[in-house]
Amino acid sequence: MISLKINGLQVSVEDGATILEAAQFLGFPIPTLCYMDGLSPYGACRLCVVEIGEGPKAKLVSSCTYPVEEGLSVRTGSLRVLRARKMIIELLLASCPQSKTIQDLAAAHGVRQQRFKQEYEDCILCGRCVRMCEQQMMAGAIGFRGRGQNRSIGTPFDVRSEECRLCGGCIYVCPACQLRCTYTEPDKAVCGGCANLPPPCAEKEAFNDRMCYMDPCVACEIEKQG
Amino acid sequence: MTYDTYIADSEKTGTQRVVDPETIGKILDKHSRDQGALIAILEDIQAEYGYLPEEALRMVGKRTGRSLVDIYGIATFYHAFSLEPRGRHLICACSGTACHVRGAPKVIEEFERQLGIKAGQTTPDGEFTFQTVNCLGACALGPIVVVDGHYFSNVKTAKVKKILMSAPVEGDRIEHAVA
Ligand code: FES
Ligand code: FES
Repeated sequence: MISLKINGLQVSVEDGATILEAAQFLGFPIPTLCYMDGLSPYGACRLCVVEIGEGPKAKLVSSCTYPVEEGLSVRTGSLRVLRARKMIIELLLASCPQSKTIQDLAAAHGVRQQRFKQEYEDCILCGRCVRMCEQQMMAGAIGFRGRGQNRSIGTPFDVRSEECRLCGGCIYVCPACQLRCTYTEPDKAVCGGCANLPPPCAEKEAFNDRMCYMDPCVACEIEKQG
Repeated sequence: MTYDTYIADSEKTGTQRVVDPETIGKILDKHSRDQGALIAILEDIQAEYGYLPEEALRMVGKRTGRSLVDIYGIATFYHAFSLEPRGRHLICACSGTACHVRGAPKVIEEFERQLGIKAGQTTPDGEFTFQTVNCLGACALGPIVVVDGHYFSNVKTAKVKKILMSAPVEGDRIEHAVA
């Protein structure tokens, strides 16, 4: 067991746990986006920032990737953390303003302004789908490609991957394309377009080439045709 | 996809190179099976073919047990790797900050003019590929131009012609592989 301080409270948690796991277990809320139970932590979105250390040495780290240390002092809701978190949400919102997940995050954390240019990206490169595909579906059909500005997620050589079984797992965990995949919980959907349609998964044959990286949204397409 | 030999269609260079499993196998045998060896493997493949043929990457994936997308990710991450056939000679002109202020744009323009292509392209005869890179770490000697691994420093537009002429003689690193 490792003993550390979270928000001033002396606690002890199991060796090898991350700050996020410890905090969640003890009931300190930390918002996350790229983190997902059952997938390896990746540290892409930085939404789970917490402050560690004391005084001038204090620094911000992503709690989902930071393993607990003996004697560590963690603050999950200091002013600095709140400010950083808000900024991160504002930036995420700028790249993906149409995402229901990010909109909800913004609302929950009091982000009331949008100072950056909205990009309407359809991906925030959180890597959830990549890890889902590799670690849960054991496929490894999609992954990161390129670097920097040109980084993107997709299949090698931009052709349907032989490994892809059209399970749709990637879409299911995507926080950016929520709109496309809330058919199981229609009340959570934004446009509701898909609520009146059979789930795309059920009609797989008709949309064989669309399941992996569905672009455009199958539901929207059907609506257009009909 | 099978291990069958595969004709790498390299219209751009006008050459045809068979990607055969044996060559790839030999390269793989030279390296250990651990993660870190992948870059070295890709480097060897690139030295052999002048670029990374799709079929070669698929073979590497099958034999090392790594997913193709991993390998593809690495191949697209590093600028040193190319998935497109390249010319026999690779010319890299630095367009980093230091080289830029020391006159790189003029030099780059001159290369483009003499070769009749834009940066990132290959001449139709498959002789030269021209690229720009961001800082080669020799800023004080800029503008820097690298031809097949040979560094030219303080390049002026007047030197461009000479560099192009010397390329086939001096830096013939991939010539034997492509011929
Ligand atoms: S949840 Fe920790 S970085 Fe995304
Ligand atoms: S800027 Fe050209 S070598 Fe550094």
